[in-house]
Amino acid sequence: MGQPRVIIVGAGPAGVRCAETLVAAGLRPTVVDENRRDGGQIYRRQPDNFTRPYAKLYGTEAAGAQALHESFDALCGKSGGKIDYLPETLAWNIADGELHVTHNQRTRSLPYDALVICSGATDRLMPVKGWHYAGTYSLGASQIALKSQACAIGRQIVFMGTGPLLYLVASQYVKAGARVAAVLDTSPFMRRVAALPKLLARPAVLRNGLALVMGLKRAGVPVLTGITPIEIKGSPETGVQGVVIRDNRGNERSFECDAVAMGYHLRPETQLADLARCAFRFDHETRQWLPETGEDGRTSVPGVYLAGDGMRVLGADGAEIGGRLAALAVLKDFKCPVSDDELFALRARQAGMERFRRGLVQAFPWPAQQAAQLPDEAIVCRCEAITAGELRRTVCDKGAQEANRAKALCRVGMGRCQGRYCGNAGAEVIAHAAGVPLEQVGRLRGQAPVKPLPIAVSEEK
Amino acid sequence: MSVQKADVVIVGGGIMGASSAFFLRKRGLSVILLERGLIGQQASGVNFGNTRRMGRPIEELPLSNRSREIWLKFRELFGDDAELLLNGHLRLGFKPEHEERMVRYAQDAQSFGLGMQMMSGKALRERYPYLAPEVMSGCLAPYDGHANPRLAAPAIGRAAVREGAQVFENTEIVSVEKEGEEFRVTAADGRVFRAPAALITAGAWGDRISASFGEPVPMIVKGPQMAVTEPVPYAIGPTIGGIADTFEQTVYFRQVARGNIVIGGGGHELPDMVNRRAYVNPRRTLMTLGNAPRVVPALANLSIIRVWSGIEGYMKDSRAAMGPSGRVRGLYYAFGFSGEGFQLGPGVGDVMAELIATGATSTPIAHMDIGRFARAEAVA
Amino acid sequence: MMNISRPKPGLSSSRFARLAETERPAVCIVIDGRPAEALAGDTLMVAILNNARELRESEFGDARRAGFCLMGACQDCWVWTVDGARLRACTTVVEEGMQIVTTQPGAAWANLV
Repeated sequence: MGQPRVIIVGAGPAGVRCAETLVAAGLRPTVVDENRRDGGQIYRRQPDNFTRPYAKLYGTEAAGAQALHESFDALCGKSGGKIDYLPETLAWNIADGELHVTHNQRTRSLPYDALVICSGATDRLMPVKGWHYAGTYSLGASQIALKSQACAIGRQIVFMGTGPLLYLVASQYVKAGARVAAVLDTSPFMRRVAALPKLLARPAVLRNGLALVMGLKRAGVPVLTGITPIEIKGSPETGVQGVVIRDNRGNERSFECDAVAMGYHLRPETQLADLARCAFRFDHETRQWLPETGEDGRTSVPGVYLAGDGMRVLGADGAEIGGRLAALAVLKDFKCPVSDDELFALRARQAGMERFRRGLVQAFPWPAQQAAQLPDEAIVCRCEAITAGELRRTVCDKGAQEANRAKALCRVGMGRCQGRYCGNAGAEVIAHAAGVPLEQVGRLRGQAPVKPLPIAVSEEK
Repeated sequence: MSVQKADVVIVGGGIMGASSAFFLRKRGLSVILLERGLIGQQASGVNFGNTRRMGRPIEELPLSNRSREIWLKFRELFGDDAELLLNGHLRLGFKPEHEERMVRYAQDAQSFGLGMQMMSGKALRERYPYLAPEVMSGCLAPYDGHANPRLAAPAIGRAAVREGAQVFENTEIVSVEKEGEEFRVTAADGRVFRAPAALITAGAWGDRISASFGEPVPMIVKGPQMAVTEPVPYAIGPTIGGIADTFEQTVYFRQVARGNIVIGGGGHELPDMVNRRAYVNPRRTLMTLGNAPRVVPALANLSIIRVWSGIEGYMKDSRAAMGPSGRVRGLYYAFGFSGEGFQLGPGVGDVMAELIATGATSTPIAHMDIGRFARAEAVA
Repeated sequence: MMNISRPKPGLSSSRFARLAETERPAVCIVIDGRPAEALAGDTLMVAILNNARELRESEFGDARRAGFCLMGACQDCWVWTVDGARLRACTTVVEEGMQIVTTQPGAAWANLV
């Protein structure tokens, strides 16, 4: 069989290791990435003219970041390179075995035999009253501001949400000299204890996490667990002014701030998989719809593979393994020789990652119950400024019990972000208002373009 | 299994079926409305949303005018907002032939109260400074406009329920049969619905039912190719349609009050009737994106954020099958509106209710008689 | 570094705070008709938010917006240029001479070409 044409979407940890594995087998894949530089999110590279060393930028992950960047630089090489790298290129649609991409207002269609989608993830958000005020950012955003632009998102910042990223970014801010007002975790501390057996699957990661919490406390940052967000206080003129919560004893507490970094772990970016018509299944543990994957990232569509956080959130190390596994799956499916030893070793390592992932889910759960508690005036859909009350009225007065119906009738999910930041919470609000299980609410139907497509694009011949 | 009975059973819960149910109730008849999915989910919910009269075949204008009267009272009648925006409908020409066509139509349709005004390119750009210099001529129908298709049929359906219609959503119908003087409609789960009169408003699936009664129609299915921009400040009042010489050059758009601009054009795709899904072809999207700035150049600054399609039924002669069956007493049809049914919806419901309740309607609909296909066959 | 007292945050004219990498060449842009200074390598979003507190007016509701995800996913940071062009501030590198308006242009956006 001739060499399969392989396209990899995403030059983060998964995409890079996938490309590397394919190149080692003699293929020349195309790597499409929306960003200016490789690295994805966690290993996002700073601009060329920035000077901070790896240790300062990536802390405990410095070695991993450097290794990944050097690997990709080697793939690109000095003359021609071993891959076709298309940076600043958005994959906006898939149809009939072709990936439609746009770069600099020009659009092309790239035929493929195998497509490996390594689209990564975004923060997962649960709305709180006032989260639409200027100064509220996702947790990932606060990290990008620091890592990639050497800025803090404000002068006094509250970090709120749950997950290991909460502690990591807050620590990075403290180390960089920013003022952190508080770290507020919705997950009760005891959940971490209960999840310990699973978290021990990756002892180094667990140790790092504990060290981060100790560091924050030593720096005098209030760290509270088991909290319930009540409101982000602010005004249209000033933006964010403070955060009000209920602590784990039921007392109301306030923290002044001019910025809030908020996030509840991550949600995979699944739009391309959806457009590729991959089957999805409801994951009860994380309460979200995920693309169905078989072994090594194969999807329900022959020729389409997934790897990394865009498939299931395993973190950077897990993404690197997933990228290699997807490459081996491609090679196997296209009858190229594959080392079974390598395959089994990678699968074993991934199993450990998977165990740890489930530990994180247990320790830092998505706070589904907050959706029902949202006051009617809280905004659910930021893009369209639709409140929880409007969404509930659409369920109760207009009989909308399903995500797409609710979207059609009240516009939740119809905005520019196409449901990325309101989809999860919106479904929870609908489920509670309708009195049906979350799975029954379904998921927002994916539609192209994956991200806004300029009308000025012209087709490249 | 349970049997439900009413005076009229309606098969198909789009805007035609929902309106018919509402107006039949207003006339005191009991109604059962059956819909496989949710009210207004198919063509009624995915179409462009134009509520224009201008451009319709002349014989369709009486029905269109009757429907317009109902649109103007939408909130008052149906209790909810359908975002009707009447800032005119503008047809634009780019060649002398286009201007001739528009002039001819304006003359033919002048007695129907559309208030059409021919305008030169210069006059157009004075009034609408966003139009491209290539626009040579145009015809404005100042009282036409657009509404929100996602909201309209569901609102009418809810109003029908408040009026006492029995509406069964998520009810797939497997057969419609006449037994003696009654119609027997059977659902997939075995439920049976009976009525002495049946109205088929099943849209792109209507031909299957009409064929089962010996009245096949030449209908095909097509998926429109729609796109919508991010919301931007309200600037474009009229719905705008550019006259094109080929389907691929067609482009039409409307700006909603919230600011998004809905853009259609670029032809159609064949829907997947097995899975009841219609897809947008990326190439058609790109065609439309290329065509839109030729009409309003500033559109080139914006981005589209979503595309969608749906399943519409198109008759060979572009006219629906509407009126009584030619073969079966008590059977009525209103389907196959060929991509132009949205504006007619409320009027169709009003007319069908009048027809079923009284035996006749004051609005001429003979040109849509389903019997025309059999007559054409007989002559051939 | 100790996080001791928490004085009330004064309402600074800029939302973001530079913590490092300040030795970069200046880039001059215009925000709402007033000159503003950014640094080479800034994204447009960082350039604006080191000179102002918000990026744009929200189309709906009364709050002004200052971006959200910084990774091109939320689409909350699209800004208007004075010529009526649209730029996604977090994924656009700042360039000398960019002229940004942080208010909605009104119907004039359609007439600008």
